[in-house]
Amino acid sequence: MNLMSLVRRSLRQHALSSVVTIISVGLAAGLTMSVFAINAQTYDAFTGGKVGFDAVLGARGSQLQLVLNTVFHLETSPGNIPWSLYKEISEDARVTLAIPYAVGDNYQGYRIVGTTPDMFTKFTYREGQGFVITAGGRVFDETKKEAVIGNYVADKLGLTVGATFNPYHGLQFTSEREKHRDEYTVVGIMEPTNGPSDRVLWIPIEGIYRMSGHVLRGGGTVFRPTPDGAVPEEHREVSAVMLKLRNPQAGFLLSQTINQQGKVATLAWPIARVMAELFDRIGWVSRILTMVAYLIVVVAAGSILASIYNTMNERRREFAILRALGARRATVFSAIVLEASTITTLGALLGFLVYGGILAAAFVIVRAQTGVVLDAFKFDPALWMTPMGMILLGALAGLVPAFKAYRTDVASNLTPLS
Amino acid sequence: MTDVPLLDVTNLQKSFVSPDGDRTMIVDVPSFQLADGEQVAVRGASGSGKTTFLNLIAGILQADTGKIVVAGQEMTALSESGRDRARARTIGYVFQNFNLLQGYTALENVMLGMLFGVGVDAKHARNLLERVGLSHRVNYRPSQLSIGQQQRVAVARALANHPKLVLADEPTGNLDLRHAGEALALIREVCRENGAALLLVSHDPGILAMFDRSEDLGDLNRAAAAHALAATGGVQ
Repeated sequence: MNLMSLVRRSLRQHALSSVVTIISVGLAAGLTMSVFAINAQTYDAFTGGKVGFDAVLGARGSQLQLVLNTVFHLETSPGNIPWSLYKEISEDARVTLAIPYAVGDNYQGYRIVGTTPDMFTKFTYREGQGFVITAGGRVFDETKKEAVIGNYVADKLGLTVGATFNPYHGLQFTSEREKHRDEYTVVGIMEPTNGPSDRVLWIPIEGIYRMSGHVLRGGGTVFRPTPDGAVPEEHREVSAVMLKLRNPQAGFLLSQTINQQGKVATLAWPIARVMAELFDRIGWVSRILTMVAYLIVVVAAGSILASIYNTMNERRREFAILRALGARRATVFSAIVLEASTITTLGALLGFLVYGGILAAAFVIVRAQTGVVLDAFKFDPALWMTPMGMILLGALAGLVPAFKAYRTDVASNLTPLS
Repeated sequence: MTDVPLLDVTNLQKSFVSPDGDRTMIVDVPSFQLADGEQVAVRGASGSGKTTFLNLIAGILQADTGKIVVAGQEMTALSESGRDRARARTIGYVFQNFNLLQGYTALENVMLGMLFGVGVDAKHARNLLERVGLSHRVNYRPSQLSIGQQQRVAVARALANHPKLVLADEPTGNLDLRHAGEALALIREVCRENGAALLLVSHDPGILAMFDRSEDLGDLNRAAAAHALAATGGVQ
């Protein structure tokens, strides 16, 4: 038997209020850790992650829209640029890799991107790591109606190699009436990349051009491709060109040329900076969430204070007896502070469960919406600062009732209750 | 009685301020001694300051003036925490209403007595409960015990730290005559076995007859004596 035994007994004697307080502390700790950790992880995932490209060339307009549309496969396309621009930039000495994207169709809400086989043979989304097609699959043939699909899409739609599908017009699935006549065959499924590419169906760019009902305006006039006829280069257009640059200086110079002096296209460079601007713009959301989290922590601290303080009257005699048995004022004081700290410690431990639950939900939602996989095990300072802060705050909240216990008059409280 | 008494009280005074602002002297004892191992009963009417007298000796209350020495340690010279420590180590206290903690078992109540004293010794606690005839009730809570059993737990707890002095405040006040006699005999016996002196206060004149030495607090207490004299017109 020791001081902790007294605390344990007290918690058991006031089980209901103890449990409610522990739960409120757990929720507060879990929410606070989640707000900070998810915020940091989302920021890292969207701004610090290696997306594989240095810049995106697209139609004149918002750099952010261009990046969201091409890198994260969100948002609408800001428009198209002529094929000639793609050719021009791909031959620029400052560019080491240029891959065209053509978007505008979907399958069951998952985006279809027309591109070239370079996406699978030359592109690396991480240092030395390109897209890998699972066993039994291969890269699409540019001249055929074939598709390589992301792992998440395959998993969600149950598509396997050999399966066929008909694309739908538009970036989002709206109705069956938007269904194209063209039937594509899945020839390859990508290994997971834990990035936005997992949610994409990749087909040859020629396929986008020749898709039933599509028209091309790259040459300034409307051109209707036929399924078997050639598509002259002057009529071709692309939604964006994904670029790898020789060095950062190249990005700066290209940005000067295209964004400052040019008028037909936009170069989104560097991609991380463009995304960081998005987070800066929506930073107020994060700040509000943080304030709410702090508020919850304060409420939890208040509930600790109230729950222990409310037991003080009924426990005055208990303290007096302990004092009469030789417990010093400081001992009784410490027991109350220890009790408050124990409640917050248990609450903080529960907070990790709450945090795990929230993170798991965020993991599923963010992945479903963007394909980006949050790192559930990534350490964030909030994961130790929040529990420690809660324990400290709990101890501080315990000071008020502890002081009341400290001042308990022994002689007058030893008299019978009846 | 040995040359150096176990308990030596000199010129002890304690007064309280009443709600209407008057200061009332409750304890005013010029001299009181108790020898090592001695058992003394102090009788006093209700409200005569018996509990205050014991609380002063135990160091629960601070005296206004005077000196209390217990086992060579001057309680009145100690700080509050010093008195707490000395009480835990040298004094056992059996309260009138026992003051057992309701959430704890009989065994835990005895061990609580040790927590602030010599340290928790579950075996010793069990032995004490066995000695007072409660070996079959160690895991019972006070509410599950009879009044007499609760009192025996309180006696066991008072002896938990091997005290030199046991203070007992009306320990038989809640018991019927037969059980009171048995309980008193038990307290005296276990105190003797454990080498502890016993200072027992009671309003019951029958208690006095059971002790070799008994005192009347009215006689010890100058204030009470003065009140008594004033009431009978002895003081002009």
